Amino acid sequence: MASRKVTRRRFVAGTAALSTAMVAAPFVRGAYAAGKLSLGLWDHWVPGANKASEALIKEWAEKEKVDVTIDYITSQGNKLLLTTAAESQAKSGHDVLSFSTWLPSRYADQLVSMNDVMEPLIKQNGAVNATVEYLGKVDGKWLAVPATIGSQIKGPCSRIDLMKQYAGIDVQAMYPAGAPPKADAWTFDAFLKAAEACQKGGHAFGIGLGTTSDSVDTAGAIFHGFGAQLVNAKGDITVKSDNVRKALDYYKRLMAFLPEDAPAWDDASNNKWLVSGKGALIMNPPSAWAVAKRDAPKVAEQLWTHGFPAGPAGRYAPFLPFFWGTWTFSKNQSAAKSLLVFLSQASSAEKLVAASGGYDLPSFANFTTFKTWAEEVPPKGTLFHYPNPYNHQVLSIAAAPAPHKIAEQIYTQAIMTQMAVRHAKGEAMDKTLDWAGKEIEGFSRN
Amino acid sequence: MADIAAPSSIAGTGDSRSSLHKLMQRKSTVAFLMALPLILLITILVAYPAGYAVYLATLNKGMTRFVGFGNFTFLFGRDTFWLVVYQSCLFAITAVIFKALIGFVVAHFVHNIPSKGQRKWRGMLLVPWVIPPAMSTLAWLWLFDPSYSAINYLLQPLGIDRIPWTGEAGWARFSVILVNVWIGSPFFMIMYLAALKSVPEQLYEAAAIDGATWWQRIWYVTLPMMRNIIAITALFSLIVTFANFDIVRVLTAGGPLNSTHIFGTWAFRVGIEGGDIPLGASVSLFMVPILAVAAAFILRDITKRGSEV
Repeated sequence: MASRKVTRRRFVAGTAALSTAMVAAPFVRGAYAAGKLSLGLWDHWVPGANKASEALIKEWAEKEKVDVTIDYITSQGNKLLLTTAAESQAKSGHDVLSFSTWLPSRYADQLVSMNDVMEPLIKQNGAVNATVEYLGKVDGKWLAVPATIGSQIKGPCSRIDLMKQYAGIDVQAMYPAGAPPKADAWTFDAFLKAAEACQKGGHAFGIGLGTTSDSVDTAGAIFHGFGAQLVNAKGDITVKSDNVRKALDYYKRLMAFLPEDAPAWDDASNNKWLVSGKGALIMNPPSAWAVAKRDAPKVAEQLWTHGFPAGPAGRYAPFLPFFWGTWTFSKNQSAAKSLLVFLSQASSAEKLVAASGGYDLPSFANFTTFKTWAEEVPPKGTLFHYPNPYNHQVLSIAAAPAPHKIAEQIYTQAIMTQMAVRHAKGEAMDKTLDWAGKEIEGFSRN
Repeated sequence: MADIAAPSSIAGTGDSRSSLHKLMQRKSTVAFLMALPLILLITILVAYPAGYAVYLATLNKGMTRFVGFGNFTFLFGRDTFWLVVYQSCLFAITAVIFKALIGFVVAHFVHNIPSKGQRKWRGMLLVPWVIPPAMSTLAWLWLFDPSYSAINYLLQPLGIDRIPWTGEAGWARFSVILVNVWIGSPFFMIMYLAALKSVPEQLYEAAAIDGATWWQRIWYVTLPMMRNIIAITALFSLIVTFANFDIVRVLTAGGPLNSTHIFGTWAFRVGIEGGDIPLGASVSLFMVPILAVAAAFILRDITKRGSEV
């Protein structure tokens, strides 16, 4: 019997080749993924929502015979951001990690291509919106898969009674539950008039002008509504344009009707403003409504989440997707992709949406009509229009379509809200534009 | 302390064994070995990260190539950077001056309390210093809340209009300095109190016999005897205050309009939140030369006075 002696060198070469092949192996759907898989998922603020994702992952793990460990990492105190940065530096960490809005493009060189996952998913679940594509796909490479968990639209959440009483606007008639919006008259001008009326009635709109995400997202949607880009897709600085001037002028007029302390607001301020009963409208996903359900039920009964007002260049709403990505140094990329496909199925997405009380938003076009949004109360239908079921508004992100590395800086340094506050506080328009131009010039360095 | 070989009771058999034994018997060797765990800890937790920060600061934004001092020259051309330099200096110097003044005054008050009740007062006055700053700053954040400030609520009946504690640049700077002073003053107080207790009573008696006034006793006896402690405490506090992060981060996050950013918070904004780690490292390293100059001046003065004594 011929025997083949395995030398140490041959063994090392063989295992190295096998490991390389396994790591680089294309994802084959249906194959048992096997092995170990570590997950770093965003720690949901909705009680019980983590349990839904845990149950789904366990179901998949049992089927695929994979040993899974899950770490739920909070975004409080930037813990998730710091974990991502640390794993990127250490080149070691979770096989699947939640990446917030700008992080897939930031770590583009370190993320595994998800083209083999996304292309079939898009065919199966419908297209993703342009913002998801802008944030998650760079140079034809899908860097990560849009996550249902944590993704959100930050449109208006209005008080039905106060909007009727002070602004004469029936938000339920404008955005009827179970039917398409009738919101042609819901424009920036109408919004400004409503802001003025509600402010005079002692219930100002609660729109922040600070440097945190809620403030920046609203500014981004308003700038988009005017067609105002600070940097275009080629990377040219376009701050000194008529549209930017119009957006700043609009913000100046709007600021007169917002709470005086809005420049100091953070992401909790608008929620408190609404839940306390002070505000007639905020720009937020249904988290404030969910808190009101628990702490101020009378307020919750009067809340209605709906679409953004339209500007001269269109109707844009802020969309903040989370992504699930896999590092190039992940040891079980095949299993990771298998799990992400499973979590992106309609049945999984529906369970996640239900567990979050309608807060989480899948990014695929066919996933905007789950019954949770139609059934959540009070009042009945309050979340029906939250997932943009009629594509009534363009889902957008502030600073797009600038190249990612510039756009991310514009976003994190809150250049738009800073411009708005500077100008509204009396700084000459040209001076504000010069300041912004100089700041952005600095972001363009390589 | 003389660093000599202690007499050995057991003679070594070989030369090398004997010299090793002698080495181990040296006080400096024992001292070094005892300090070794701390040296290792400092190497791992301080020296390595500091060295790594220097390395990062020499890379380009994508961390793919060496740019030398490129990040620093880039920073020198940024208005926001100079705003941060100004604010860091304003924050640190103002806070240290007020902490020193308040600490000095309170230390005198506590020193004059009869020793029976003094411990109780010392304990209570140390409370702001022993609470983790992130926690106490959170409480201050609620007191300064833009819409629901408890302080404004209390001021309202006195006819004082709502104060935008964190909403206006001036007030926001005042607020972060106030919280820093509140947290840091007890440290000065306890250091000064220890120094006060070590001033020989005879000097005050002699001054009293010479007819010195209260002010003259402070100026000619207390202050000269406390000079070194004052200098060292100020230096230590200056370093810690310059490197502060938590107070500004929790209270204002650098706003409004970047008007309260200091080196630490801006480095975090640029490096971690903005994804430009080399630039963030450069911002945080920029305080090193400033603090080194301050430390050199203060320590030189202390050494000079030490040799005079």
